[in-house]
Amino acid sequence: MFATRASQQALRRLTAGQPSITQMGLTKFAPAAIAGASMQIRPVATHKMTPEDSLQILIAQRKLRPNSPHLTIYQPQIPWILSITHRITGSVLSGGFYIFGSLYLVAPLFGWHIDSASMAAAFGSWPVVAKVLTKFAVAMPFSFHSWNGIRHLFWDMTKGFANQSVIRTGWFVVGLSIVSSFGLALIL
Amino acid sequence: MASLRTTSWLLASSRAVFRPQIARRSMATVTGNATATTQIKSAATVSTVEEPAPGKDAQIKTFQIYRWNPDTPSEKPHMQSYTLDLNKTGPMMLDALIRIKNEVDPTLTFRRSCREGICGSCAMNIDGVNTLACLCRIPTDTNKQSKIYPLPHTYVVKDIVPDLTHFYKQYKSVKPYLQHDTPAPNGKEYLQSKEERKKLDGLYECILCACCSTSCPSYWWNSEEYLGPALLLQSYRWIADSRDEKKEERKAALDNSMSVYRCHTILNCSRTCPKGLNPGLAIAEIKKELAL
Repeated sequence: MFATRASQQALRRLTAGQPSITQMGLTKFAPAAIAGASMQIRPVATHKMTPEDSLQILIAQRKLRPNSPHLTIYQPQIPWILSITHRITGSVLSGGFYIFGSLYLVAPLFGWHIDSASMAAAFGSWPVVAKVLTKFAVAMPFSFHSWNGIRHLFWDMTKGFANQSVIRTGWFVVGLSIVSSFGLALIL
Repeated sequence: MASLRTTSWLLASSRAVFRPQIARRSMATVTGNATATTQIKSAATVSTVEEPAPGKDAQIKTFQIYRWNPDTPSEKPHMQSYTLDLNKTGPMMLDALIRIKNEVDPTLTFRRSCREGICGSCAMNIDGVNTLACLCRIPTDTNKQSKIYPLPHTYVVKDIVPDLTHFYKQYKSVKPYLQHDTPAPNGKEYLQSKEERKKLDGLYECILCACCSTSCPSYWWNSEEYLGPALLLQSYRWIADSRDEKKEERKAALDNSMSVYRCHTILNCSRTCPKGLNPGLAIAEIKKELAL
């Protein structure tokens, strides 16, 4: 086996070294015939290039390179899903606070009735299910953001960074915020 | 050296040519008379180019692999399916890739080197998670297709080869070497106590495969200025080193709104690290060092 391969190699080298065979245009044919079907032939041609030319090719290629897919292909995992939820709930809470606060301030100018007494009266006339659901929807981002904020405070003290504890505290915060916002929806 | 090799090959070949036919069989011997039972056929009638039909208990798994060719840049990147019999493939994803390249499609391009998780070349996104192909087992569930993408949000050189030039430039910017002005106390080497050395455990093992950095959404959106988990872990490796004398300079270089503080403790980095390190913890330590 080894000897056969060695002879093939040697013959191939000999063929490559002999200009007469090359000139006859047998270069492509000869090694393949000697090597037999086991040899892999790749239709690749190389040509010499100056460093400046290859740099130009690289620059041209870099302009066209696509960006690989990211958010759409990454596996849904509890750390990053809770992180983006934390950011969204934070934005919703602060945005809602600012929007409602400024509306409350300018309401007398436009004659809107969003003062506490009329709002409480309007809310009181709703059916119980709608009341509970609305309160749950408001309480959920608040309680999630609060509990997850505590998780972040622990991280700031460099505690709870092991993968398992990140996953466990993540699910714990999800459960805790569902329970506590349901409690808030029922009590208040 | 090259000429020597040629002569040795020539010698070997001449020996092979002039050796008798029977002596040439060195690897295996035939016992008994084979011609008595079967008719020997010439190679031309026996050889075939067809794939052997898959066996009854073949485990055929489909791999979907991201393809993009720089020679035809106008063509959009697409997913190409390859099927392999898992019974004939090694256990790891890299085995499957190498087998596809060797036997199915030689144009498939990927980086690989050590095949044992120490070089970090074969980092890619497999089934939605960044990992090293050589450390990732092929899921044996043949009903599910495996999807292989390049590292997320990187520029693609070809197929699953990402362009990590910027990553390496950022690595250079954290000065990943011991900075020391005063000579060593004994004139030979900088000594460390066992406790001081212990601080570097979990930091020095990083192989810079870029799995964690390219799993970080913050790094996806801010890779120009944010250093990313891998290089912050490297920064902390030198901040924590008791022998380094430029600790304050290192901290000052990081103390701005972008270098460290684009980390929002998403912790994809720690989750995905194929070496089991914790870049998230290292970043938290840096933040603590900067704050206190």
